[in-house]
Amino acid sequence: MTGSATRVYALHLAVIVALFVIQFALPAYHYGNVTRIMLYAVFAIGYNILLGYTGLLSLGHALFFAAGAYGAGLTAHWWGFGPIAALSAGIGAALLVSLITGAIVYRTTGVAFLIVTLMLAQAAFLSTLYFNTITLGDQGIVLSLPPIALFGASLPLADPMVKYNVALVAFALALLLSLWLLRSPFGRVLIAVRENEARTRLLGYNTALYRFTALVISGTLSGLSGALYCLLFGYVGSSFASLQYSTLPLLWTLLGGSGVTLGPPLGAAITHYLIDISSSLTSSYMILVGVALVAITLWFPQGLAGWFRRWKRA
Amino acid sequence: MITGPALLLALLEGTVGAAVLALTALGLSLVFGVMRVINIAHGEFVMLGAVVAWWCSADLLDAHPLLGFVVALAVAPLVVGAIAIAADWLVLRRIAYDPERTIVATMGLLYILQQGVLMGYGPDARPLDPPIYFRVQFPWFGYSGYKLIVAGLALLLLGATWLLLSRTRIGLYMRATRLDSETAQAFGVPVKRVYATVFALGAMLAALSGVLIAPIRGAHYLMGADPLLLSFIVVIVGGLGNLRGTLLAAACIGIGEGMISVLFSPTLSKIIATLLVAAVLVIRPGGLARSTAT
Repeated sequence: MTGSATRVYALHLAVIVALFVIQFALPAYHYGNVTRIMLYAVFAIGYNILLGYTGLLSLGHALFFAAGAYGAGLTAHWWGFGPIAALSAGIGAALLVSLITGAIVYRTTGVAFLIVTLMLAQAAFLSTLYFNTITLGDQGIVLSLPPIALFGASLPLADPMVKYNVALVAFALALLLSLWLLRSPFGRVLIAVRENEARTRLLGYNTALYRFTALVISGTLSGLSGALYCLLFGYVGSSFASLQYSTLPLLWTLLGGSGVTLGPPLGAAITHYLIDISSSLTSSYMILVGVALVAITLWFPQGLAGWFRRWKRA
Repeated sequence: MITGPALLLALLEGTVGAAVLALTALGLSLVFGVMRVINIAHGEFVMLGAVVAWWCSADLLDAHPLLGFVVALAVAPLVVGAIAIAADWLVLRRIAYDPERTIVATMGLLYILQQGVLMGYGPDARPLDPPIYFRVQFPWFGYSGYKLIVAGLALLLLGATWLLLSRTRIGLYMRATRLDSETAQAFGVPVKRVYATVFALGAMLAALSGVLIAPIRGAHYLMGADPLLLSFIVVIVGGLGNLRGTLLAAACIGIGEGMISVLFSPTLSKIIATLLVAAVLVIRPGGLARSTAT
């Protein structure tokens, strides 16, 4: 391992350790917030694999988030799956939806890709409303789950400490997975696809297949986030498939800086707190998301990471 | 069981929907064709049109709904066109109409407009009185005469836009910019002003269709989602930026959507229409990419 690789891994491990340690000091209110942020961060990391490293802008990641959430929520509600079985069902559902989506958008890039992802997510959103005898539509399903039975211990999901640490484990896994992936030969090809697809194809890589694989990994990670969100907070509803859940990962990634592993989680944290503060002031807090998106395109196309890099160089 | 009268009703509803949809989709298609900009906020312009219509008829001029409606037909395009010009000048021009960045920016614009209306106008869906009330009596049922007038007005506006594009100097400029903006610029076409005009024109068409449907569907801050989705479908199926294709697709999809809505369910019709787009892409994977590349 080269010096820089060690430093990069050390930095990411330090973030994970810091998140583990601060749980003993956080006040209850922020405890819940950080739990949510870590789950959103998994979603953001998944999204970034596609936007940041493959250069594909998706406007429909709510599709995968909702696939995970409904995969877990519906099996738990209707078939009485336990937490671990439901989580597996959620991940499986997200994987399946990612494979199907990937097969449909296989050859599209750029503008066509984002319109199709937007459409598919909207179709999914409308389906959650249409099949409301199963999904209970807008109102959604409130789950009451049995505790997780793990190595003889019984961990109740209502316990904030269980929630926090489950979210932390998911976050750590997603972060290290994305870091490892992007430093692997596979990740290098993805970056090559982003930078110059024609040239990469000319070098003999099946770029469409790489894009497809990136989409499947990205979608499955987003689904993991959705499944855990549903299980830990005991709720799944149509809003999980709405445009808002496609916009947010885009904002997190652009705000934190796409193509930087820690950027999107940082973006998720900032966005969460900004929305949290502004939602106590006004019911139209989503206007902040709109203003942020416009401001980023105008003034911070590289996000906070780019700003930080420029600041370090100066 | 689907009977003859039900089929006729569905066909009528579909035709009205298709006419309004054509108007909305033409705006989106024009903006894409000339500027290569995908305007995610297009549905919000429809919503703003409907809200202005409500404001004109219920708040400002509480006299006769017809007066409010006529005023709204004039005011809504002006207000929304001005917003569009401001958005072009403040945002789109500064990012040089870069395709992906404009999408993010118009996504932001969507939330700014939608949430701005939520702040000022509130979360309620507000009904509007139809400006004219009469029934066209069929042997089996009576049909709202206003809806037929809506279809007529939408067709009239489509015709006017067509004349604008094919018979006027600004229309010529738009067509020239659409074909090749650099060459157009070299021949003295004020491309920047054409862009602003086209963006405003697209928004105005959306606003007008908003005014037209307001008395049917009311005005609500979230009502932009459906027109956006449907006009996207139309624009893709018709070929991105292809105006004739857009109108043809609007007719087919509008009538189909309206009929399935009446006979089965509005949500189901939108799901089918959306999946239709996926099908188009599976069957003709290169089709969309080809039309976006040029």
